[in-house]
Amino acid sequence: MTEHVVIVGGGTGGVVLANDLADHLGPEIDAGDVSVTLFDAGEDHVYKPVWLYVAFGQREPSDGRRPLRKLVDDRVEIRHEYVVDVDTDANELDLVDDPRPVEYDHLVLATGAQLEPDRVPGLTEGAHDFYSETGAERLREELLDLTEGHVVLSVVGSPHMCPAAPLEFSFMLDDWLRERGLREDVDITYTYPVMRVHGNPHIAEWARPIFEERDIAVETMFNAEEVDPDAGVITSMEGTELDYDLLVGIPPHTGSELVTEAGLGEDWVDVDRHTLEATAAEDVYAIGDAAAVGVPKAGSAAHYQANVVAQRLASEVRGRPATTIYDGKTLCFIETGMDSATYVAFDYEEPPSPGTPTQAMHWSKLAYNESYWLTARGLL
Amino acid sequence: MATETTDTTVDARGATCPGPLMDLIAEIRAVEDGVVVGLLSDNERTPDEVREWADEAGHEVTDVHDEGDYYHIEVTKG
Repeated sequence: MTEHVVIVGGGTGGVVLANDLADHLGPEIDAGDVSVTLFDAGEDHVYKPVWLYVAFGQREPSDGRRPLRKLVDDRVEIRHEYVVDVDTDANELDLVDDPRPVEYDHLVLATGAQLEPDRVPGLTEGAHDFYSETGAERLREELLDLTEGHVVLSVVGSPHMCPAAPLEFSFMLDDWLRERGLREDVDITYTYPVMRVHGNPHIAEWARPIFEERDIAVETMFNAEEVDPDAGVITSMEGTELDYDLLVGIPPHTGSELVTEAGLGEDWVDVDRHTLEATAAEDVYAIGDAAAVGVPKAGSAAHYQANVVAQRLASEVRGRPATTIYDGKTLCFIETGMDSATYVAFDYEEPPSPGTPTQAMHWSKLAYNESYWLTARGLL
Repeated sequence: MATETTDTTVDARGATCPGPLMDLIAEIRAVEDGVVVGLLSDNERTPDEVREWADEAGHEVTDVHDEGDYYHIEVTKG
């Protein structure tokens, strides 16, 4: 009998996992003892960090896309279909266009996070973003037209993907405007929902002085309640109003409806933070943005979690105890301008400790962005 | 226990900063003035963060109870 491993979601976590499984379980797959299926409705794998650079005209959206089929090992079946329901009691998935349920022995949800700007009235109409391809392209056009006024970068929702990106955008915008001789005519304000400039206290402590050095105004404890696009005003539930000429918002995020409807958690899958097994169902793992593990919703975390789950599944398939665990490992580059960056590495025990930004680290980030496709293939 | 007057409770145990406060803020958004929202958090920063935010946003922290391995905090929407 063939054991069927099903992965839902072809983002970083899903693709790395698929290739890791093909690597670890190659002989079993070749013998017909194991099959691996990856479900993703889209044809392409998308590397979202590229969008930050699209906004500043340094990359094109196509730089962040590759066909899934070219990235994933041929031993993995890819089905471009929507999964609409998970029945964890019957170990089955339902598809939107196929009445036949898909049975699984092991399920991994890598369903990511989606943007939900409509949660805040006026945000969709009034704000630009760099958290989507179209958003980043539209923002690029706005920035090219910007010669004066007030730019507000508002982190509207948390948790959100790539928690460092709003800091990066603010610092890059400051530098980009200075290079173009426009900074004196453009004010920048950064808002954040809690009392710090970043959710992680260590990163917040590092970043705060940079805002002051760059003359970027900061509004903390600012939870956007409403945007009035006609008046150019964003209002917080704490009662602060900010006039803007260009609003860049980090929209609220939500998880897949599959997760909530399957009773696996509220938006995000409740998992054991070390084994990544769902707490509400047997034979289910979750990785990446979909998993509620308390680490940033970052590609590096998804990558390391995929490595862990691949090892665990390989052990389970072979009838051995699964001993590999996730320790919270996360790596992030943080751009501090158009040609400087720093880097943090942390886990459940060790907090992040950003170093002095350097040009070398900036080039390291750009080099990683280029070599990401090796990561997706499971080679790096 | 500090649950007798709580109208709705958010269980944010296991979440790291700023998760518990953000979960509380989301719930406060959703309820009417006067509703008491409970928050369960095992993060040691949470009580101070909730007090600071509630003070800024015009809500009242009506109870902070140390339950041993987590905090039970009550906030009345102002």
